[in-house]
Amino acid sequence: MTGRAPLSFDAIEREFASLVERSSQSFGMPVLELRVENLLPLVTGLRDRFDFALFLDVTAVDYLERSPRFDLVYHFYSRRHNQRVRLKMPVPAERPVVPTLTGHYGSARYMEREVHDMYGIEFAGNGDLRPILLYDGFIGHPLRKDYPIEREQPVVPYRAG
Amino acid sequence: MNASPPISAHLDRSADGGNVVVNIGPSHPATHGTIQIVAELDGETVKRADVHCGFLHRGFEKEAEHHTYHKVIPYVDRLNYCSAMNNGFAYAEAVEKLLGIELTRRCIVIRTLLCEYNRIADHVTCVAASIMEMGAMTAFLYLMTVRDYIFEHLNHLTGARLTYSYVRIGGLARDLPEGWLTRLEEILVFTERYLERIHGLLDHNRIFIDRTRDVAVMTPEHALNWGFTGPTLRSTGIALDLRKDSPYLAYPELDFEVPVGIKGDNYDRYYVRMCEIDESIAMVRECVGLLSDGPVSVDDPRVTLPEKEAVYTEIEALIHHFKLVSQGIVVPPGEIYVSHETPNGELGFYLVSDGTSRPYKLHVRAPSFVHMGGMHTLLEGYEVADVVPTFGSMNMVGGECDR
Repeated sequence: MTGRAPLSFDAIEREFASLVERSSQSFGMPVLELRVENLLPLVTGLRDRFDFALFLDVTAVDYLERSPRFDLVYHFYSRRHNQRVRLKMPVPAERPVVPTLTGHYGSARYMEREVHDMYGIEFAGNGDLRPILLYDGFIGHPLRKDYPIEREQPVVPYRAG
Repeated sequence: MNASPPISAHLDRSADGGNVVVNIGPSHPATHGTIQIVAELDGETVKRADVHCGFLHRGFEKEAEHHTYHKVIPYVDRLNYCSAMNNGFAYAEAVEKLLGIELTRRCIVIRTLLCEYNRIADHVTCVAASIMEMGAMTAFLYLMTVRDYIFEHLNHLTGARLTYSYVRIGGLARDLPEGWLTRLEEILVFTERYLERIHGLLDHNRIFIDRTRDVAVMTPEHALNWGFTGPTLRSTGIALDLRKDSPYLAYPELDFEVPVGIKGDNYDRYYVRMCEIDESIAMVRECVGLLSDGPVSVDDPRVTLPEKEAVYTEIEALIHHFKLVSQGIVVPPGEIYVSHETPNGELGFYLVSDGTSRPYKLHVRAPSFVHMGGMHTLLEGYEVADVVPTFGSMNMVGGECDR
């Protein structure tokens, strides 16, 4: 759409310099790397300052050998600037707890449940972390790299023979 | 056999003493998709709803980590299986960008054409299913006829009606067959004629309006807060469309409008989809005009299989073919998020490559899943009979939602 003010990478970088550990660009998308304690101030700032009103996506990446083990990856979209942004945040396996974004965005509810299912990351403050793609009683977190792909946990036991 | 129920609904324990809790789905004749809605009713009114999905979860992302980039393509088709082309092209673009591949002109135009062609089929399916659930059997059959013509036509191109596996990294599986474009125009004319009948049957139909107007109304802010995209968001009046905002493929060259609704109710969602079909028909015709001769796949030995003729006659080509099939293509390390405007909304692929021939991580931002996360807000406060039309208007596709 025409007439929308483009948002320069420098403007984002300058605004959040104190909250961001490292910033870069990936195929035209600003990538901000941050620590867990800065998540809420940064997301609030992005939303209020630059109109990042659409919380698109959250997922995790498991680097089994690395410490901290997980990266939590968020994507947001600003309509005013027609811009997407990615946040990356390392999360340790020993204490995989991050604050929830359900206070900021309704869409966080389901997406955080999925990441909780798949990676076992806790979202402190999200009151509903029941399984969403999995089911009650499922053991383990299937998208972790140490979960073997052939492991089966049928809800209904297989019939013999 | 002793099987425990797959979910514990939040509402069982906390329902108001005077209210009734009913369970709809996951296998219900009036929900065209495996989804469970646990609703707390006060009389006929839905007080609270708990929407639960995941019944079609097949571990797409886990499978993708264990397959080479080309072997992921059939899995990608099975996300939104009503418009498998759109899924495939979004996925391929993510891989191609990491590889730094520039597509051929003919490939870009054919992909755009097929995106819009498949969008017609998807919207037609959505409208057909949701009005059939309200009892409009004739309109359903008209639209299903259109859908079947399109699927048979795509079958001619790809060999499959729904899951095409037609995209290749760096191009397409094959060029358009002889006579395909002639038949395309026939189907477009036929579609237009049938759409007129649908407009005539539904637009001013008292029953249809009563069931859809002012039902499941939402504001633009509400839609954004719950992450809605695509026709669901545009029904509220926001003209957010990736084809305009961050154009990909041949969209910068196409002349088209982004239809929006007025108040974000079920009627608007129906009407936005109908208008989008009109736009798509025009875009398909524009693409036919843009088609030029040339190869459909890039000439890049990293990704493109050699010609069959050469494989059988030259040892180098045979080795090349063997390596590409057995080892797969090697994608340089990096990460990328690519999103396309699919019929349901923003479909995003977040791909992390570690420099091997399999994705290290491939995440799908599925519009249906996000839509189901916010659907309870559109059910609450309306009647239990509105659950099915509202659910239909969101066009949840199980394969995409549950992955």
